[in-house]
Amino acid sequence: MKALYFAWVRERIGKGEEEIDPPEGVATVGDLIAWLAARDENYAYAFERASAIRAAIDHAHVKHDAKIGGAREIAFFPPMTGG
Amino acid sequence: MDEISAFRPTIRVQTEDFDPGAEAQALASGRADIGALVSFVGLCRDEGGRLAALEIEHYGAMAERELALVAREAASRWPLSGLVIIHRYGSIPAGARIVFVAAAAVHRREAFAAANFLMDYLKTRAPFWKRAHLSDGTAGEWVEPRGEDEAAAARWRADEP
Repeated sequence: MKALYFAWVRERIGKGEEEIDPPEGVATVGDLIAWLAARDENYAYAFERASAIRAAIDHAHVKHDAKIGGAREIAFFPPMTGG
Repeated sequence: MDEISAFRPTIRVQTEDFDPGAEAQALASGRADIGALVSFVGLCRDEGGRLAALEIEHYGAMAERELALVAREAASRWPLSGLVIIHRYGSIPAGARIVFVAAAAVHRREAFAAANFLMDYLKTRAPFWKRAHLSDGTAGEWVEPRGEDEAAAARWRADEP
């Protein structure tokens, strides 16, 4: 699936998007955050406060307990500050 | 349901500026059924001279979809004659316009409420992020969400019947 990162999540990781292939045990958005955070220190920094991270699957907001099975695109970003 | 599906809000996500007067006029143009039109313009403030511009990042594929959902939610709550939401992204200098919402209805109460709701909801749901660029030429911080914005959006959820 494609992972997208925005704002300071993007800056900390050092890229805006990438293809990811999480192992089978990674079932939810929260699992995926933990799996990504374990990759290296940049990912760990981006996801250091998991509760501050918002996620969207295929362009719709989801909570951390949402299942990621079948997702084509998953995005991670800080709380929004538009308007 | 038919009323909502027939409802065609104007939603635009763009880099270029907009003309609030022209947008408001277009909403009511050629119609005699609208009795109230409330519009709001959000501007980039300079924070007492400290801020030169805001860089607004957005998630393009999601932004229009979320704004359309916010518009649909407004239309399901109040009898509206029309809605406009325009949100800019990219570099916005201090003093420039960022966002425009307008709501038209038969009576003013619905128009005021809907415009208020649109702003409260889009602030916490639409995928835009602001970063400050400072007057001294340095890149500033990412704008932090304000707790009161979240509280304002939550207030509408509490109002749900």
